[in-house]
Amino acid sequence: MSTMSSEVVKSSRQDHTAVKSSLWTQSMRKLRKNKLAMSGLIFVILMFLACFVGPLFSPYTDGKINVTAMNKAPSLKHWLGTDMLGRDVMTRLLQAGRISLTVGLASMLLSVFIGSILGAIAGYYRGIVDQVIMRIADLLLTIPGLPILFILGALLSEWKVPVDSRMYIVMLMLSFVGWPGLARLVRGQMLSLREREFMQAAVVLGLRDRRKLFNHLLPNLFPLLIVVATLSIGGAILSESVLSYFGLGVTPPTATWGNMIDSANNVIDFEKHPWLWIPPGFAIFSTVIAINIFGDGLRDVLDPKHKK
Amino acid sequence: MSTYLTKRLIYMVLILIGASMLIFFLYALTPGDFVSGNLKMSAERKAELRDLYGLNKPVFERYLIWMKNALHGDFGYSLAQQKPVLTLFNEYIWNSFLLAIVSTFLTWVIAVVIGVISAYKQYSWFDTIVMIFIFAAMSIPSFFIGLFLIKTLAVDLKWLPPGGMMTTGSNATGWAYVKEVIHHMTLPVVVMTLLGVGSLTRYFRSNMIDVIQQDYIRTARAKGLTERTVLFRHALRNALLPAITLVGFELPGLFGGSIIIEKIFNWPGIGQLYMQSFGSRDYPLLMGFTMFIAVLTVIGTLISDILYHLADPRVKL
Repeated sequence: MSTMSSEVVKSSRQDHTAVKSSLWTQSMRKLRKNKLAMSGLIFVILMFLACFVGPLFSPYTDGKINVTAMNKAPSLKHWLGTDMLGRDVMTRLLQAGRISLTVGLASMLLSVFIGSILGAIAGYYRGIVDQVIMRIADLLLTIPGLPILFILGALLSEWKVPVDSRMYIVMLMLSFVGWPGLARLVRGQMLSLREREFMQAAVVLGLRDRRKLFNHLLPNLFPLLIVVATLSIGGAILSESVLSYFGLGVTPPTATWGNMIDSANNVIDFEKHPWLWIPPGFAIFSTVIAINIFGDGLRDVLDPKHKK
Repeated sequence: MSTYLTKRLIYMVLILIGASMLIFFLYALTPGDFVSGNLKMSAERKAELRDLYGLNKPVFERYLIWMKNALHGDFGYSLAQQKPVLTLFNEYIWNSFLLAIVSTFLTWVIAVVIGVISAYKQYSWFDTIVMIFIFAAMSIPSFFIGLFLIKTLAVDLKWLPPGGMMTTGSNATGWAYVKEVIHHMTLPVVVMTLLGVGSLTRYFRSNMIDVIQQDYIRTARAKGLTERTVLFRHALRNALLPAITLVGFELPGLFGGSIIIEKIFNWPGIGQLYMQSFGSRDYPLLMGFTMFIAVLTVIGTLISDILYHLADPRVKL
């Protein structure tokens, strides 16, 4: 009898540890085994560190104009050479990365926030609210994205937005075109979730709508949202670079990876000074590829229903 | 089906009207108009021209006029080039179509072949390389890869021309003309194919992986069919079928040109025309172009949904 009870205790203890290993810890353990995804994550972290901490160790942070060192090719003193104002390209590249990464991250957060809240409300309440929200989303999805961004970019110049705050407006612009797709996705998921048994239990318990929505329904979408959000950072970084390249996003003197490539529009810089515009291109490319590889690994773990 | 189509068509028209309104007001908000950009003109002449083009009327009235004419099939005159918008579209659109059709064809062929092989050899070294290639292709900034290839292949190595559709001053005809155009379109086609091939390869790879795991494939193998027959007659067909739903989504890309690629390669297509008109605020052209793409998008989605239903009758419309 006593041995049995001790066994029961033992097995219940095991149960306890099993409960402790939640879905999240299990997923993260699986993710850590995916070497490709982890190297993507490590690369992104290193890129962030380099951009945000790196310039502190550079002797050229002030971006002062140096007439004696204009358009110099890469050397030991200037790893990626200097531009037409004698500024160190390496330092500028890292400072530009701060803006590009921040814009990518922030516009993703904003469009995920807007998209998931509006999509959740539309899918939960249905009826007229759903109609209004989804028709607006349809409308925005019908209009080609690039022209909309171009118009909004031109408006930026018209309203004389100060150079420093242009990056915030660019974030708003990107999330303006980014949220409708997300809202559609979340709404679709919501329509099926709200019919599940646990929601009937929530109704029986007499919970308020807000609690049902934000404590019971949305958390079920977190895995999906995390995956989609990660993958959309890369897209946002690419969009920002296109806009800034065409002079409609963040403009100089604030450097971003996109507007640094703008120097390729000048024939002499394009042909004779490739160190001005090739490094930022590779910075965009390598960062986006790392984010996408990591996002794909996340998807395998968090969204197993998705077709591989 | 027919009630579905009627409902769907009505909704399409409503969405397009909404879209046209939104686009029109956004273009009206953009700073400056066609006349204000001209420095040589006197103030009176500007006022006169604004009067002539109707640029000083209230926005809403202008929209109604535009809409009325558009419904009659008249999209107005380009202010910069003094030609009807539709005539200009006709001049430029086929250049865009040429790039798009060739690169779309190449994209699909490459994606099917590579996708199917790498699905069949899942987890092999070939498959791993393909996966890395897919991620790379999906992460390239389009304008940068264009510039980079121009710099390396055209400027440094001089293998291919850096841009345009013809060599400047050339008046080749016949075969020489065809050869010259092919020579000029190689780079943009390569870039466009590269940009599209990643996600499509991935799509075919995952479709094929799904199909290979199906019971009917196991049955086919158990019956003793050759691996070839299993692969090409049983698996491939089922893996390719769902792709016909993508055909509709290609529509805007086929006729709408590519703003970025045409700008970088100085290709005389409709996207390039759009960029020029954007600089000069030539709003009849801007409106025409944007609405054209919107119409193609809406029609493309409808085609996709119908094809989806045809390919898989279980999908209700």
